[in-house]
Amino acid sequence: MELDAKIPSGPIETLWDKHRFDLKLVNPANKRKYNIIVVGSGLAGASAVATLGELGYNVQCFCFQDSPRRAHSIAAQGGINAAKNYHSDGDSVYRLFYDTVKGGDFRSREANVYRLAQISVNIIDQCVAQGVPFAREYGGMLDNRSFGGAQVSRTFYARGQTGQQLLLGAYQALERQVAAGQVKMYPRHEMLDLVLIDGHARGIVTRDLITGKVESHVADAVVLGTGGYGNVYYLSTNAKGSNTTAIWRAYKKGALFANPCFTQIHPTCIPVSGHYQSKLTLMSESLRNDGRIWVPLKSGDKRAPNQIPEAERDYYLERRYPSFGNLVPRDVASRNAKAVCDEGRGVGDTGLGVYLDLRDSIQRLGQHVIKERYGNLFDMYERITGENPYAVPMRIYPAIHYTMGGLWVDYNLMSTVPGLYVIGEANFSDHGANRLGASALMQGLADGYFILPYTIGDYLATSKLTKADSSHAAFREAESQVGCRVKQLLEIKGTRSVDSFHRDLGKLVWEYCGMARTAEGLRHALEEIPKLREQYWRDVKVLGSGEELNQSLEKAGRVGDFFELAELMCLDALERNESCGGHFREEYQTPDGEARRNDEEYCYAAAWQYRGDGEQPELHKEPLHFDYVHPSQRSYK
Amino acid sequence: MKLTLHIWRQRNASEKGRMVRYEAPDVNPEMSFLEMLDVLNESLIAKGEEPVAFDHDCREGICGMCGFMINGVAHGPQRRTTICQLHMRHFKDGDELYLEPWRARAFPVVRDLVVDRSAFDRVIAAGGFISAPTGSAPDGNAVQVPKETADISMDAAACIGCGACVAMCPNAAAALFLGAKITHLGVLPQGQPERYRRAIAMVAQAGQEMFGYCTNVGECEAVCPKEIKLEVIARMNRDFLKAVVIGRGAGS
Repeated sequence: MELDAKIPSGPIETLWDKHRFDLKLVNPANKRKYNIIVVGSGLAGASAVATLGELGYNVQCFCFQDSPRRAHSIAAQGGINAAKNYHSDGDSVYRLFYDTVKGGDFRSREANVYRLAQISVNIIDQCVAQGVPFAREYGGMLDNRSFGGAQVSRTFYARGQTGQQLLLGAYQALERQVAAGQVKMYPRHEMLDLVLIDGHARGIVTRDLITGKVESHVADAVVLGTGGYGNVYYLSTNAKGSNTTAIWRAYKKGALFANPCFTQIHPTCIPVSGHYQSKLTLMSESLRNDGRIWVPLKSGDKRAPNQIPEAERDYYLERRYPSFGNLVPRDVASRNAKAVCDEGRGVGDTGLGVYLDLRDSIQRLGQHVIKERYGNLFDMYERITGENPYAVPMRIYPAIHYTMGGLWVDYNLMSTVPGLYVIGEANFSDHGANRLGASALMQGLADGYFILPYTIGDYLATSKLTKADSSHAAFREAESQVGCRVKQLLEIKGTRSVDSFHRDLGKLVWEYCGMARTAEGLRHALEEIPKLREQYWRDVKVLGSGEELNQSLEKAGRVGDFFELAELMCLDALERNESCGGHFREEYQTPDGEARRNDEEYCYAAAWQYRGDGEQPELHKEPLHFDYVHPSQRSYK
Repeated sequence: MKLTLHIWRQRNASEKGRMVRYEAPDVNPEMSFLEMLDVLNESLIAKGEEPVAFDHDCREGICGMCGFMINGVAHGPQRRTTICQLHMRHFKDGDELYLEPWRARAFPVVRDLVVDRSAFDRVIAAGGFISAPTGSAPDGNAVQVPKETADISMDAAACIGCGACVAMCPNAAAALFLGAKITHLGVLPQGQPERYRRAIAMVAQAGQEMFGYCTNVGECEAVCPKEIKLEVIARMNRDFLKAVVIGRGAGS
């Protein structure tokens, strides 16, 4: 298979404008003749649904939650980047592009990233018009802050709830189209298969989570905005329901899965407190703007943090990276936290934690300023840990937060299956091997509001699709397979709960395909995961029936897919003999412990093709070209 | 610590439910309330009993999916806190807790502690938005918004749509939820053109959904995990009344 990214030719600044002109349009009167299915109602999904509905298409939107407003985009705290340069501090579209390509450690596609930076400014305008209550300065202008490794203030925010406010904006726009009759919403429905007719994506099979009914839905194109797969690790900052099932089913129907091993570990999460832990909570990285990260200088120092004198504290990020200090990118901050904990200098009961200390800022700015900036985060920390962060430094530790990998898409955001589009975190294209802070919201909304609505029209206008309905054999077959799988899970009647297997899987993936990876460890994981999976399908215990709300059954299907994905992640990590961004292979590091890329051999996106259960998937390589930002070793020293 | 739980079990919307007693013998004070239920569910599964169904997703207090009554209080005893963020250190050894689903005619029970809150979505669809077609927006700084106004808007926009206000209200009114959205959009310059139409349409839809009327009891504010203030109800009433008086109803 030849991977064609369909990048237009010409100077990078002109590509998107030129491409938009070259795309074929659908006649306004014809738009209502097309049905589009959108799975997922987060920032990418909801913004796409709202815009497609406005354009006049018939849209069906599916989400597993009880309302589209619950999607996990809602939990994003920090902000959204845009190259507005409102502060004249040297920002520009080109600089945002440059920072994103560099931050992604030269494993993203330049043309996509440039377009993202261009569109970033429109997103802010759109959201302001929708009534998103962004933070304002006293003069009434939009406020900005610098965020997560950026040296300019380009991050727009709404207190610590930016994701919530942007999602509500998109959700409200979506509901407006529901009222207008353009969109039909299917909450509490889970996509369990993708259906292809003549090689084109023509619909999906879902399970109604209340009645258990398995149903077919037919369309002219299918869009997946189903988010990331961080819950493969069991413990992550993702919502409990976030899962890989939609993109995994699409992978098994022929869509290529790119860079599955590129996962992002977020450095500032609340550490694990016990074996019952169900998820990890992120503390916004914006805290690093005013907080200083440290551990005791000596290992085994068990004194309370406030009793450790200044001279016996090691502000290790400031020491190792004088120019970026506490604001180094996420992967660098995470790896350094792991390193100091591995040296025995970690804090808290488990020794897996470092201090994030706002003492100096509180002294400099006053408690009221810190409260204004981070009050809700401090409250959350106190609720979870029972400690007062105004008085005692917070304890943090890295946790899985975001997945840069996802289904491979071309410049039009179409996967290798014609008519199947993938947007937001579910695709792979813009963040390379490491995503910068405040860029996820930007990408989700860019894809949904401003890119997909153009590119999908070209597909619909130029494809000759046959008429199809749910009585087609392809739908019948997919329905029957979905039904069989549900039945199979219920009939195992084993001895162990779904969660207990999921925890074991998570431990394996975290240990061997987490913050640091080795060939040996990955090979070990590739032996252990299939064994555990085999045990799962023999011994999992799912009670109840398939014809009712059955939360164990929902989880059981998702975990079944996580097992298969975990194997692909390890395979991808083993194949990539270099360190880049969030993928750190211990064998490939510089003498001072930084990631060492291998641009000669690995400057490509690894896109995996499903070849059948038990078969080795086939690797296809999309070479990446850097004509504008020349690969260099990232240095934040 | 050891707790006794009485949990509402109801198989589906049409079957009758009942309270069932469970013992939670080994509760760690560092657990969240939902983690305590996870552990209970694991023990039920081990015994071959079906686990308790409850809604939850982000477990960070922001998605609004979780929520039920603990001893008659929506989201339990800790103020400003959703159930997923409530930790067991706020309970004592030997406590007896009664867990029930949200109580409101507009929120029918789906199963156990899970209810159907789709009425909220329909209220938003009726008018809880600013019509801003994608791509039509002027520059973000073209219209200034005073910081005070942005703050009032943001305070109201913090609503997570969990439904605690409705569940706690003796009238099962959705006034706090409605008021929050009407305030969030209605104080911003961008929200002015549809301001009165919005108030009329949303209030009318809430009536159709069988939410009750507000009689200023204030229980909603007391249990709101996001501290939405009663003030938003006053703003809603003012916008609604003004819309009626000036005759700018749903059609204008």
